Amino acid sequence: MSAAEQVPSAIHSGNRLYRERKRTNFILLVISGVAIGFGLFWLVWILGTLLYEGGHALARATLYYQMTPPPGADGGLANAIAGSLVMVAAGTLIGTPVGILAGTYLAEYGRHGWLAGATRFLNDVLLSAPSIVIGLFVYSVYVAKVKHFSAWAGALALAMIVVPVVVRTTDDMLKLVPNTLREAAMALGCPVWKMITSITYKAARVGILTGVLLAVARISGETAPLLFTALNNQFWSTNMNAPMANLPVVIFQFAMSPYEDWHRLAWGGAALITLAVLVLNILARALFRKSD
Amino acid sequence: MSLTNASNATTAPRPMIQTAVRDASADETLPVADLKPKLRVSKLNFYYGGFHALKNVTLDIAERKVTAFIGPSGCGKSTLLRTFNRMYSLYPEQRAEGEILMDGENLITTKQDVSLIRARIGMVFQKPTPFPMSIYDNIAFGVRLFERLSRREMDERVESALGRAALWNEVKDKLSQSGQSLSGGQQQRLCIARGIAIKPEVLLLDEPCSALDPISTAKVEELIHELKSDYTVVIVTHNMQQAARVSDYTAYMYLGELIEYDITDTIFITPKKSQTEDYITGRFG
Amino acid sequence: MSEIQGRQRVRPAPWKDTAFEWLTRFFALLVFSLLVGILLSLVAGSGPTLQKYGLSFIWSGAWDPVKEDFGALIPIYGTLMTSLIAMLIGVPVSFGIALFLTELSPPWLKRPLGTAIELLAAIPSIIYGMWGLFVLAPLLQTYVQPLLISAFGDVPLAGALFEGPPLGIGMLTAGLILSIMVIPFIAAVMRDVFEIVPPMLKESAYGLGATTWEVVWRVVLPYTKVGVIGGIMLGLGRALGETMAVTFVIGNAHRLSASLMAPGNSIASALANEFTEAVGDVYYSALIELGLILFLITTVVLGLSKLLLMRLVRGEGTRT
Repeated sequence: MSAAEQVPSAIHSGNRLYRERKRTNFILLVISGVAIGFGLFWLVWILGTLLYEGGHALARATLYYQMTPPPGADGGLANAIAGSLVMVAAGTLIGTPVGILAGTYLAEYGRHGWLAGATRFLNDVLLSAPSIVIGLFVYSVYVAKVKHFSAWAGALALAMIVVPVVVRTTDDMLKLVPNTLREAAMALGCPVWKMITSITYKAARVGILTGVLLAVARISGETAPLLFTALNNQFWSTNMNAPMANLPVVIFQFAMSPYEDWHRLAWGGAALITLAVLVLNILARALFRKSD
Repeated sequence: MSLTNASNATTAPRPMIQTAVRDASADETLPVADLKPKLRVSKLNFYYGGFHALKNVTLDIAERKVTAFIGPSGCGKSTLLRTFNRMYSLYPEQRAEGEILMDGENLITTKQDVSLIRARIGMVFQKPTPFPMSIYDNIAFGVRLFERLSRREMDERVESALGRAALWNEVKDKLSQSGQSLSGGQQQRLCIARGIAIKPEVLLLDEPCSALDPISTAKVEELIHELKSDYTVVIVTHNMQQAARVSDYTAYMYLGELIEYDITDTIFITPKKSQTEDYITGRFG
Repeated sequence: MSEIQGRQRVRPAPWKDTAFEWLTRFFALLVFSLLVGILLSLVAGSGPTLQKYGLSFIWSGAWDPVKEDFGALIPIYGTLMTSLIAMLIGVPVSFGIALFLTELSPPWLKRPLGTAIELLAAIPSIIYGMWGLFVLAPLLQTYVQPLLISAFGDVPLAGALFEGPPLGIGMLTAGLILSIMVIPFIAAVMRDVFEIVPPMLKESAYGLGATTWEVVWRVVLPYTKVGVIGGIMLGLGRALGETMAVTFVIGNAHRLSASLMAPGNSIASALANEFTEAVGDVYYSALIELGLILFLITTVVLGLSKLLLMRLVRGEGTRT
């Protein structure tokens, strides 16, 4: 190809096409930088608003020991905070064992069977399914049958959100445990159930715990599934068979109201939830990062 | 790995040019002292983070000849190759110091845009890397970066590049198929065609046959032989027979240092250094 | 020695193995049947409206609790329209973010930036809704919407999208908030699939003199398109089903309007607002059927997303 010699090469900085490409590249890379700025901008703005509007409410001790007030009065969120804690705890306690055991089946027993494959797929769909539909489901199969809203129903709905998260992480984390570890245990004559519960669970425990933490973070802010299950309660209640106050629904109700006092409390609740969720998230990440 | 003469390897490298012998039998292959250089590497050092991967490498790459870099894994031969087109600049933790002169310009410190350097110095990798597009577009992709050609001109360019890479007859009826549908050997020749379609001056081949079967390897070697009439070719290979078959000059590297650089026949028949001889005769490595 | 023999004499209990396996299988089956259970209960719950309207429920624009006449058209339109707006904004931004994180960001900044974007996904949706109602909507009403109305209001055809008074709340605001909410999901998938592109393939393109943008747009994106589409579908699935954020700002009006400024309704927000107050079998049933429609749409979208992402992972081993 002596043509390469005769025709002057196009590869030089005076090439117009090349200069145009350089410019396009530059512009688009700047836009990409703007895109990440766009994302961070909302994060900062939302967190900033929460701190500004909610900080004041958070600093007032009455927030933590007074009950939710009637319209136009001052009060706190004590019953809602307690209710949220109770339902999140109950939901996690119900959902975690179910999720871990189901995840164990997927990773340890059914790696190649149809049930594991199909369950894994459906679980992933469930993971992102609209939570309001889960509220509807619990309403139809539980609330409608017993004919009253209750904290149990709320906890059940939350548990249904916990399950897919825990199934997914348990499955993933157990699959990361090297097979040689399993074989080593089996070679000692260890029965399978014992191998799983005392060897592979141990090896995967940080990962599974991370999953549980993320699930707790997720349900702490869930509102939609509680609307038709736990409903709300203006008073302090420890009865799991009755409607129970909870932060998300109180925030929803108060924010949508026309009352200034309620708005302030809603901001306080919002800041509180966000803080808790972010702390849980960062904790989970830190925990997981330390393990690898 | 018994390394009785390891101490040699750590002594400061001499300019190898002086060790060259004037060999009358290699009539057109001039001794390294007299070769016409396309690239002049001098006192080149390279670092991966804190790891010193190339130590004071100095050598000249002959224009329109095939130069082979050989040596055991990790000796720095691929690293040296990747400095020529500044591929390391993609990775912030990698850096080079020293001089690589092409047409009087130091490629390491130049203000010139790296994408221009890379276009002038083509590269083919260990594994075939067809782009996720048609065979035709695989070739046209690079050409369109620098030239606006009419459809007919582009067709001609694609045909001539594929022809040069001895692939035209095999793919001329399926130019619109995905490049990934070809066999491994065909993919690698497609990558060579892609590289020469933009008319670079230098072609870098980083173990181009390591993922290929023997027949494909033979085809690529034949191709390399023909390419040197137009291009300066530099090839990294772990296969000594391949270096002996395709190259005019051979550099033996070990632990980041250039141990010996000479006309290929000299390196393989009468190496000056016992270290080189050990490697070539298979006593080590 | 005797201790070892003594231990060996402990009889193995094979039933424990079987019991544990069946225990885990039972819970796997439970998870498996959850999705089916949800579907069945929703179908059962929507019995009255399914009988009364059949398929015409889907395209009927009626929503009159007093006369007990219901149709799903308005909420379906609202759900699809807000999600479309969210995708139009969210997809390009997510692509830009993934591009920045994989190709441009200095290594020490990658993790903090990635984490920050992921934290956007951690903020509960009710917070987005509240913030949207109190902060974003008034700003849009005062500054952005009047601008849009004056700029596009008189353009034929497209003008219809920007008609009416600037209310702050409405389709556009809901779509914008949704876009912020889906960005972390789409961006995370895009970043992850961009990172599986073999470095050698990218180097080949850089080796020809291509710019960063060209490498990403012409080589990385085609190489990962299946995964990228999977990520977009994942984001779409989330946008379609999002409840609280939309409920706050969409305006909850059962009205069909071409204008993006106008208040509307989405399936999820209709449920959130009306379900606990609904009286009468038909009203309940209509709401549950809305839930069924939402569930079917999101399940199809998410299932497709999952299939595409699985295909990418499987294809990984076979491609270089």
